[in-house]
Amino acid sequence: MKPPRFRYFAADSTAHAVELLGEYGDEAKLLAGGQSVVPLLNFRLVAPAVLIDINRITELDHVRVDGITTRVGALVRQRTIERDQELRRRGPMLTETVGLIGHVAIRNRGTVGGALAHADPAGEWPALGLLLGACFRIVGPRGRRTVPVDEFFRGFLTTAIEPDELLEEVELRLPSPGAGHAFVEVARRHGDFALVGVGAVVELDSRCRIAHIAIALIGVASTAVRAGDAERVLRGELPSTELVKSAAEAAAAGLDPVDDIHASGTYRRRIAGVLTRRALYTALARAGWERRDVA
Amino acid sequence: MATEVHVGRRMARKEDRPLVTGTGRFVADIRPVGTVDVAFGRSPVAHARIEAIGTEAATAMDGVVGVYTAPDIQGQVQPFTLFVDQEHTPPSLDQSIHPVIRPCDMDVLALTRVRYVGQPVVAIVAESRYLAEDAAELVDIDYEELPVLTDPEAAIAPGAPLLHEQVPGNVQASFDVDLGAVDAVFAEAEHTASFRFLVPRVAGSPIETRGVLAVHDPVQEELTVWSSTQTPYMVRTRIAEMLGLAEQQVRVIAPDVGGGFGPKVQVYPEEILVAHLSMRLGRPVCWIEDRNEHLVATGQSRDQVHTVEVAYRGDGTITGLRDRFLLDCGAFNPFSITCAYNTAAHLRGLYRVPAYRIRGECVLTNKTPNVPYRGAGRPEATFVMDRVVDVVARRLGLDPAEVIGRNLLTVAEMPCDRGMPYRDGAPIVYDCGDVPASFDRLLRQVGYAEHRSATREVQDGHVRRGIGFATYVEGTGKGPHEGARALLDSRGDIIVLAGCTPHGQSHETAFSQVAADALGVSPEQITFRAGDTALVPYGVGTFASRSAVTAGTAVAVAGGRLRQRILAVAGELLEAAPDDLEFQDSTVHVQGDVTSSVTLHQIAAAAAPGPAARLPAGMDHGMDESYYFVPPTVTFASGLMAAVVDVDTETGVIDVRKIVLVHDSGRLINPMVVEGQIHGGVAQGVGTALYERLVYDDTGQPLTTTFMDYLLPTSMEVPKVEQIHVETRSDRNPLGVKGVGEAGTISPPPAIVNAVVDALAPLSVEFSELPLTPEVVLDAVLAARSGRTGGQR
Repeated sequence: MKPPRFRYFAADSTAHAVELLGEYGDEAKLLAGGQSVVPLLNFRLVAPAVLIDINRITELDHVRVDGITTRVGALVRQRTIERDQELRRRGPMLTETVGLIGHVAIRNRGTVGGALAHADPAGEWPALGLLLGACFRIVGPRGRRTVPVDEFFRGFLTTAIEPDELLEEVELRLPSPGAGHAFVEVARRHGDFALVGVGAVVELDSRCRIAHIAIALIGVASTAVRAGDAERVLRGELPSTELVKSAAEAAAAGLDPVDDIHASGTYRRRIAGVLTRRALYTALARAGWERRDVA
Repeated sequence: MATEVHVGRRMARKEDRPLVTGTGRFVADIRPVGTVDVAFGRSPVAHARIEAIGTEAATAMDGVVGVYTAPDIQGQVQPFTLFVDQEHTPPSLDQSIHPVIRPCDMDVLALTRVRYVGQPVVAIVAESRYLAEDAAELVDIDYEELPVLTDPEAAIAPGAPLLHEQVPGNVQASFDVDLGAVDAVFAEAEHTASFRFLVPRVAGSPIETRGVLAVHDPVQEELTVWSSTQTPYMVRTRIAEMLGLAEQQVRVIAPDVGGGFGPKVQVYPEEILVAHLSMRLGRPVCWIEDRNEHLVATGQSRDQVHTVEVAYRGDGTITGLRDRFLLDCGAFNPFSITCAYNTAAHLRGLYRVPAYRIRGECVLTNKTPNVPYRGAGRPEATFVMDRVVDVVARRLGLDPAEVIGRNLLTVAEMPCDRGMPYRDGAPIVYDCGDVPASFDRLLRQVGYAEHRSATREVQDGHVRRGIGFATYVEGTGKGPHEGARALLDSRGDIIVLAGCTPHGQSHETAFSQVAADALGVSPEQITFRAGDTALVPYGVGTFASRSAVTAGTAVAVAGGRLRQRILAVAGELLEAAPDDLEFQDSTVHVQGDVTSSVTLHQIAAAAAPGPAARLPAGMDHGMDESYYFVPPTVTFASGLMAAVVDVDTETGVIDVRKIVLVHDSGRLINPMVVEGQIHGGVAQGVGTALYERLVYDDTGQPLTTTFMDYLLPTSMEVPKVEQIHVETRSDRNPLGVKGVGEAGTISPPPAIVNAVVDALAPLSVEFSELPLTPEVVLDAVLAARSGRTGGQR
């Protein structure tokens, strides 16, 4: 469990990192919090010739809340988000959900940009990206570009970021003040990657109809996924337990998760429905829905 | 004896300061100048012939000191044979259970054939571990793959390929126990039921992996080996035998050791080879196991499948039990029938079960060798028996607590001869106390009556609460012996040395308490050391819940002898009768006259040979007493456990709310230490119950080689543990103690599974396999609700 030999560069600015990426491209890996790349190195599952350490780039370490838009620098630690008072006051969707990631030691090191760029299908951040309409600011030798979330996640551990590019910042649209949210998971142990997780954001209009709905699931496909069918069941409707149950069934119906040693695909699909229902109940309640027909 | 009694006190641990201030010293902390590192090239396939090994590229790499394969060490390093006490079972055991044990030698490096993924094939020595691992990637080995056996039932099927030609049917060892008129009991039974129970393969998972450092002094012809082991004396014996040395030329030191749990009882190829390489190269050689290696190269445990039949009456009285079980021992079986016979000897536990037949078979497969792990066959036994009792109760519609009570041995039946020998050859005679009384205390403590009358739904209709029970009995304090020395050093300080090998058991604290009482001084005055073969000539080690009984007794006797010697010399110096003297701090004085005193320093000087010696007539020189305790047989600790769980019936997720345990490990030396031992044991029991399983695919590839895939419980998964101590003193050692190291580990799996069954009671589900995962629970709930039989039968 010792990594093979590699060259190490500590970039001191985004421009410096981009310059190094331009020079080494395919041969290089970025080192931020190291929560994924260091184990991969030690297991010798990756053997990059060059490691570019971006931990010293202070310009990537910022959280800017501006009305409904929040911009998070790629180097912001999970723990910083979790403890951000402004975000907590503004609506605790991010602070609560980030608390589900690993353990405190992992959140102290792990970065927002690293989690999004690694794109683990059971990671919480890709789902947050889907729920909050993320836009990704990417920089490389060919300049800057912005990629919307719909085009960002390309497959298992794969994103729109090219090997010679760097994720600089993610822009998120936080739920409006009256919205309700939830993020629920089943994991084998506290802090493990979720077997399945479901996040939901709901807004009700003045007549108590569902004006906005976003549901995202993790652990059920090669990337985090939006539950489009379930959202269509709900959008514009008056909430009810029957409606929530139909939406939960719709969310699970379209899934075909794979088996692994921790759970079968069948189990994952089953609890995807259960967790969707629970996430919706919590989010709806937080949005102001008074459930009268509790069994 | 002393006026103040220290045994029984909650004394804070003496060993904590270095450990919590980062000044502990583990093998990896010791690095003599010039040390080189070893990386092992291990088999990537489960079963293959080695056709060719190309080491040229690795040997030529900068920084590589040497690359060694089996032919390079042939004739210089002998292979492993079975441990002597595994090969030669006691005659009374032979006559009773007719064991068949086949030799199954294991090369230190695989010569022509590999039999499991992780088996060492090549050793690369380099100036750093990084370089050694780089070079390991350059070793080119041509494997001709052979058919793979991963399932013990397939391995014993006719026509299965043989893993070792001299072992017919792949059954390395077997035995039969037959007690009472078993067939007649079944023929006349009111009810019978049959089961198949499965306890998976798990890893002991000490927080410190293994590690070895060897330094050879060619002038003194002495070899010093530091190893993260539970058994330095066995390591010494094996190194001496296999490298052709006298044991007196080998010193093995277990420095601070970060847990063992059984897997570090085995002597491993790495320990032999690192020692050999240090002699061969004339340099200190070090190997530190990484976690990835640990999960394939360190012995694994449990892995039993039981086929059980039970005969019982309508009131829940169990009249007979038949069991045939297979223990998947992996590719070699260094411990032979140790765990399997422990299972057979403990299976009936605290229950009467008058007719009993059990056959155990250790079956070879292409997996990492099986070794004891905390509990060593007893968690498997308890899982079978306490699940059987629970199922019998539920199938009869009776309260499980009532059926447990009906089958428990009573105080009138103690001491209870179980009609079969223990592994040491002596008859199994339980020396437990009033077990039913302990069970009543447990029921009250856990609030069982209230639970029975309350609704089990605790939240939203989908979370249900259950309480389950389990028992344990354990032969503790196994021999063959353990030694201790008590002496005064040149300054008159009291030094106590023992052959045990602490690796988390608080021996320094507990045995200082024992020695203090024996000597009549305070525990703070005692300097205790152990885990080094240079300290005491003969020793065994720390495993099998044995050290409190064996080393504890040796310390008490050696300490008592030193006290007599000190008082005799003091009497000579003070011109007083020894009986009129007493200790105060570091002096001895005449009772009632503190001015008439001598210091321990003066006493030590008076006992040393030379012109200043002043000894009572006839007494030899020296202030150094030894004692080796050879226990008559084991002494039986026991306990009863309740688990309280919440089950989410929509996801199958289990939340263990609380574990309550009434246990009896005889007289307690230090209750705080006992509680810590039990709490840690419960944590590992929770792991076996709900999380841990080493998974192999059909080609013998291990799939759980990191702690992301092999799920140890964390502090978040380990529940609160309430403990009630009962102290039935043992009459098999002068301290009256029984062992407690494994106690907490044994009962949680059946207690937790029975609690889940209880939570789901209206659904009549049954479970027979571990770990009990959320998926298994949910499947059972859904099956039961759709009218099918729920769970595993």
